[in-house]
Amino acid sequence: MTPVDAIRFDEAAAERPSAEASTTGIAGGTGVRPVAVRARPMVLADAVLRLPRGVLYGVAAFVLLVVFPVGNLLMPADSALHVSDYAVTLGGKVMCYAIVALAMDLIWGYTGILSLGHGLFFALGGYAMGMYLMRSIGAEGVYHSELPDFMVFLDWKAYPWYWRYTEHFWYAATLVVLVPGILACVFGYFAFRSRIKGVYLSIITQALTYAAMLLFFRNDTGFGGNNGFTDFKRILGYPITAPATRIVLFCVTAATLLAGIALCRVLVASKLGRVLTAIRDAESRVMFSGYNPVHFKLFVWTLSAIMCGIAGALYVPQVGIINPGEMSPANSIEIAIWTAVGGRGTLIGPVFGAAAVNLGKSWFTQALPEYWLYALGLVFVVVTLYFPRGIAALWPRREPQR
Amino acid sequence: MSASMQMHSGAGGDVRSGATDGRVLTPGLDTSHRAILYLESVSVSFEGFRALNGLSLTVDDGELRCVIGPNGAGKTTMMDVITGKTRPDEGTAFFGQTIDLTQLSEPEIARAGIGRKFQKPTVFEQHTVFENLELAMKADKRVGPTLFARLDSSQRDRILRTLELIHLVQDARRPAGLLSHGQKQWLEIGMLLMQEPRLLLLDEPVAGMTDKETMRSAELFLTLAGEYTLIVVEHDMDFVARIADRVTVLHEGRVLAEGSMHQVQQHEQVIEVFLGR
Repeated sequence: MTPVDAIRFDEAAAERPSAEASTTGIAGGTGVRPVAVRARPMVLADAVLRLPRGVLYGVAAFVLLVVFPVGNLLMPADSALHVSDYAVTLGGKVMCYAIVALAMDLIWGYTGILSLGHGLFFALGGYAMGMYLMRSIGAEGVYHSELPDFMVFLDWKAYPWYWRYTEHFWYAATLVVLVPGILACVFGYFAFRSRIKGVYLSIITQALTYAAMLLFFRNDTGFGGNNGFTDFKRILGYPITAPATRIVLFCVTAATLLAGIALCRVLVASKLGRVLTAIRDAESRVMFSGYNPVHFKLFVWTLSAIMCGIAGALYVPQVGIINPGEMSPANSIEIAIWTAVGGRGTLIGPVFGAAAVNLGKSWFTQALPEYWLYALGLVFVVVTLYFPRGIAALWPRREPQR
Repeated sequence: MSASMQMHSGAGGDVRSGATDGRVLTPGLDTSHRAILYLESVSVSFEGFRALNGLSLTVDDGELRCVIGPNGAGKTTMMDVITGKTRPDEGTAFFGQTIDLTQLSEPEIARAGIGRKFQKPTVFEQHTVFENLELAMKADKRVGPTLFARLDSSQRDRILRTLELIHLVQDARRPAGLLSHGQKQWLEIGMLLMQEPRLLLLDEPVAGMTDKETMRSAELFLTLAGEYTLIVVEHDMDFVARIADRVTVLHEGRVLAEGSMHQVQQHEQVIEVFLGR
């Protein structure tokens, strides 16, 4: 998968007839929708999906926050309701990816800015949390030093200045938000002010994450070089591999995902959301209507980066490792694929897109490991050609709110 | 709309009392000398090509001015200069007595009260007609206030009145992308009106309209003149003859002639340029 493919995809999307491509979910009109729905065979599924949104959220919250913990911790291993540790870890990981896909959708699906560097923000959030986790190891590392093993190995005598205070969880948690947020804000300010758009912005974001990856690969940077951070022992004093800790992390991730969806829902249903889609569809008209697109893009870009940072911070303790590979250009492109497969311009689509692609990846990399990249490429091509609106196009459309 | 007029004359009164250090500064638009737009010796070059070549033009408040000229005469570039899209290499562009258009960004100029309709109708195709007008409506257009904006009933009424004016009440809930070409032109004009501008720049507003729609547009523009100042660039000479107070003929980036339609039609150089003698 190369950046060029992703860019072609974007162009293909731009060529769609606009009336059909109404993906915002807020465009009104009575149109042909009821007919299309009736023609679909999945009447029961339709009925379920047409339940009030609150009910669907409630069910999702119940499954994630009650069924999973109870099934994992309390149900005996031979029970039908038992949830395996593997499922919990995989589920937690997929939900982190879903948050990233949601963030990507805000900036790409709604605002029309294709970022191919979102993996960087995810990794930075992960590294910030990783710093805290490394310091929580204490003197239990291989060299029994207060310093992390990689620093002992490099013969460093003290922590560099930027590691200060990272032994405090809340400081690290602040970094999780601030580092991706500030980087995105500064980068976005210059990029959007210079009116860099379309493929040019995509390429620059790709270069940005690549440059960061090279930087983090260096041992001198002080983040463990190509090994990154691993061998975490505990988080907030609790053993990090204990089942209860894992399920708490799982639940926190689930709650964050649901809160993220709710936040995005509020955002895209607001007038600001309509300005964002207006920027995507006719930026010059937005500008000549008196809105400054730079500010709006910067706001949503920074918010998107922060969401990625938080997802990265939740990802690292569950997966147990963070290394510069997370910043590789291919990772960022994969994020765009999750969003495209799920359906840009819908909120629930990218969440399912991230889940579908990653669960597929889990299965595939075990069954036919060499062919995964081919399969991913094929999925991308098929979605581009036949399902430009992604999985979400299979969804019944809701009536406009007003 | 009349409220904005009153507000304006109020602001005009402040000018004299607010004068400090011998300089006259006013926060709003100042048309105390009748003119609303001054372009003076404006030149713009694109890689050697002189799109505007010492263009000077004054438009009075409330006027309906038509600008005509052959292709490449600089009509669209002139609009680009007025709306901040292009910076002039030389010359000045003032909105009223005090607002220097060459110092402002496009959104700032739009908020100052200049609305622009593009040659190709540009509306938000995926938004409904209603939402298009809502987005264009004069409001605090910064990020925060936009996030928390809610329509109140007087704003809703304003949108409905504009819908009536542009004959799109029936289509209020349809996505704008489904409108006909002529309807999109009307919607875009409606969006400009929602901005409560003082000056409207209309680039070929009746292109692609049916005869009936063109007639209605002429009526609309005549109604709007007086309350607003209109600058209309149009190739349809019958349309221009029907609506214009004054006509400005541009040629090779400068004003060739100015006057009533009748006067410019008699103008020898104009005849030369248009008939290619």
